[in-house]
Amino acid sequence: MEAYFDNGATTRVFSQVKDIMIKVMGEDYGNPSSMHMKGVRAEQYVKEAKENIAKTLKVEPKEIVFTSGGTESNNMALIGSAMANIRRGKHIISTRIEHASVYNPLFYLEEQGFEVTYLSVDKQGMISLEELEAAIRPDTILVSIMYVNNEIGSVQPIDQIGALIKKVNKDTIFHVDAIQGYGKYDVYPKRWKIDLLSVSGHKIHGPKGVGFLYIKDKTKIHPLILGGGQQKGMRSGTENVPGIAGLGLAAKLIYEDHESKISYIRGLKERFVRQVMELPDVKDNSGEAPHIASISFKGVRSEVLLHALEEKGVYVSSGSACSSNKPAISGTLKAIGLTKDYYDSTLRFSFSIYNTAEEIDYAVDCLKELLPVLRRFTRR
Amino acid sequence: MEFKAFLIKYAEIGIKGKNRYMFEDALIRQMKFALKDVGDFAIHKQAGRVFAEAKGEMDFDEAVEALKRVFGITGICPVIIEEEKDFDHLAQVCCRFMDEQYPDKNKTFKVYGRRADKRYPMNSMEFSAEIGSRILDCFPEFSVDVHHPDILLTVEIRDRVYIYSDVIKGPGGMPVGTNGKAMLCLSGGIDSPVAGYMIAKRGVRIDATYFHAPPYTSERAKQKVVDLAKKVAKYAGPINLHVVNFTDIQLAIYEKCPHDELTIIMRRYMMKIAEHFAEEGGSLALITGESIGQVASQTIHNLAITNEICTMPVFRPCIGMDKQEIVDIAEKIDTYETSIQPFEDCCTIFVAKHPVTKGNLKAIKRSEKALDDVIDDLMKKAIESVEIIRVQP
Repeated sequence: MEAYFDNGATTRVFSQVKDIMIKVMGEDYGNPSSMHMKGVRAEQYVKEAKENIAKTLKVEPKEIVFTSGGTESNNMALIGSAMANIRRGKHIISTRIEHASVYNPLFYLEEQGFEVTYLSVDKQGMISLEELEAAIRPDTILVSIMYVNNEIGSVQPIDQIGALIKKVNKDTIFHVDAIQGYGKYDVYPKRWKIDLLSVSGHKIHGPKGVGFLYIKDKTKIHPLILGGGQQKGMRSGTENVPGIAGLGLAAKLIYEDHESKISYIRGLKERFVRQVMELPDVKDNSGEAPHIASISFKGVRSEVLLHALEEKGVYVSSGSACSSNKPAISGTLKAIGLTKDYYDSTLRFSFSIYNTAEEIDYAVDCLKELLPVLRRFTRR
Repeated sequence: MEFKAFLIKYAEIGIKGKNRYMFEDALIRQMKFALKDVGDFAIHKQAGRVFAEAKGEMDFDEAVEALKRVFGITGICPVIIEEEKDFDHLAQVCCRFMDEQYPDKNKTFKVYGRRADKRYPMNSMEFSAEIGSRILDCFPEFSVDVHHPDILLTVEIRDRVYIYSDVIKGPGGMPVGTNGKAMLCLSGGIDSPVAGYMIAKRGVRIDATYFHAPPYTSERAKQKVVDLAKKVAKYAGPINLHVVNFTDIQLAIYEKCPHDELTIIMRRYMMKIAEHFAEEGGSLALITGESIGQVASQTIHNLAITNEICTMPVFRPCIGMDKQEIVDIAEKIDTYETSIQPFEDCCTIFVAKHPVTKGNLKAIKRSEKALDDVIDDLMKKAIESVEIIRVQP
């Protein structure tokens, strides 16, 4: 049996998404900037994708800018807005559990003379609103907070955060990394007072290499990529039309019959966690998110357990898959106060609508079989 | 004036007496192999020289890079070949050659003429002197120094005329295939690819054995070893990489033997398995990247214990080298970057905090007794688990 439980890393594309991409690549392959029919046809795909996405967020299509994915969206949101507002101030607020595609731009900005305050999180991976309120200053130009954490699935109260930020400093720009949240929850930037929102295509059964940044109308932000002036100059380069068409359709499909999709995934997660917690010496670090279970297996190195599960066809990740090829210590697991013997022993199981209850039970059986054997051979 | 041919110099091959033709043929075979993706070359030997001549277009730098990886070559001379032997014509060609090759003329030179074609109207001395004076006529900034010239312009008159001045250093050694085959224990670290390279340099073809320990080691660790074998194969030619599953043996040792002897005992069984595949594949020796004292398992005491289990000779070309010296070679042969990728290999997963550094053979053998019931079976299974990957450069 094969059980792909690494949907936090990437997902299988919807088959309709695959079909539309093939059609764009094979038939409607024009450049949206071309004057002729072929160009117009291609442009229509981009337009339709924008409309589909805008509808899911209840925003205007013109507020969507397509990028090469979540990393670029985060880079553009942070560096682009910081640079555009440098005269208003140089203070930025973020958290200790962000993804590397937020951290590294922030480190870059620190080198450029910006000051960044990193909010701490509690054992559940939640920030404190009081700490946030106290951190906002008149010169705070940007607050960047992750919606759903990629490693443990903690979910920040973005609506309350947005209201709080604007109450204290209405000029502060609010960026949300919603790469793990979009498609799992309804996200309403207007109501929640979000100015910038990053989304990636391949986490929602869309293609890799494409994502978008929601930019609230009139937000001051600079483009990072300069060139032919596509997308109103906000993101030059010929649009990735097959990717954009695929992303637009995936966004539409993921929000169709959304509640039943999410309760199905949540059911899988709960079924898994309930059974795993019956095993000895395990610890559940999972947050509220419907699709992410973070479990520590005491006395077992996560990498070894991962490969042992892999031999049985169960695919999971240790920490966050994006950083797994260099064995660095997970920032999030450390931030929530896990001790070393636990964060070295933590696996992430992340689910999608393509998973089944049988797969869950199979994976639990595999764990039951493997854990005692692996624990016999731990480093002395 | 564009180089389209190389004169290849070799050293040790020249002194191998009656076996010489065999060495030269091997050299030509290896050159053909190295140049096959660079372009279409005619490679032929002539009176103690090997020439590689491009039949069409060639990328000069790419060809030199390829030849630099052929063991047996000591020097690569980019050469101009002239059909026309008329003296005035040759003098003109030499002047143009000096002009184009040496834009900065503030240098000393010497002309070294050689006349293999004795029908040529001038003798070598006259020819050299005369060409030299023609060059001086054209470019008075040059000066002649017959003892320590900056530039040695060689002009060889044979069936055709060969003109060259530059000698690019080759890797030396002997052509691969002239000295049998050996089995390299390839771990994924820095040392073992270097060891393989060094033995291949002596003309030895290479096979390799890698031990993996799933799930303790990953698919990526294995891929890394395949990548390393590929880089070594650029010098050594195709390698049969034997991937052996070592998990069960390792776990048995871990459970039944003293922990501080684990690495030594493990290495003994690895050597034994490598020796099995060496015999099977016609290798006459084993190669390891060991260096005295580098880690606990490579003290002189422990090397002796590891060695005891093999009947084949074990070549350890890194044995007297410091880590930095090994790293320098690894960088030169471009394996270093691959070697330092941080994937767990099977030597590091169950390492003891304080492994034995002065092992005692009797004690080790006593410890191994604990494995008596299972080891034959486990060895058999490990040997049956082998996956042989044919690694091409």
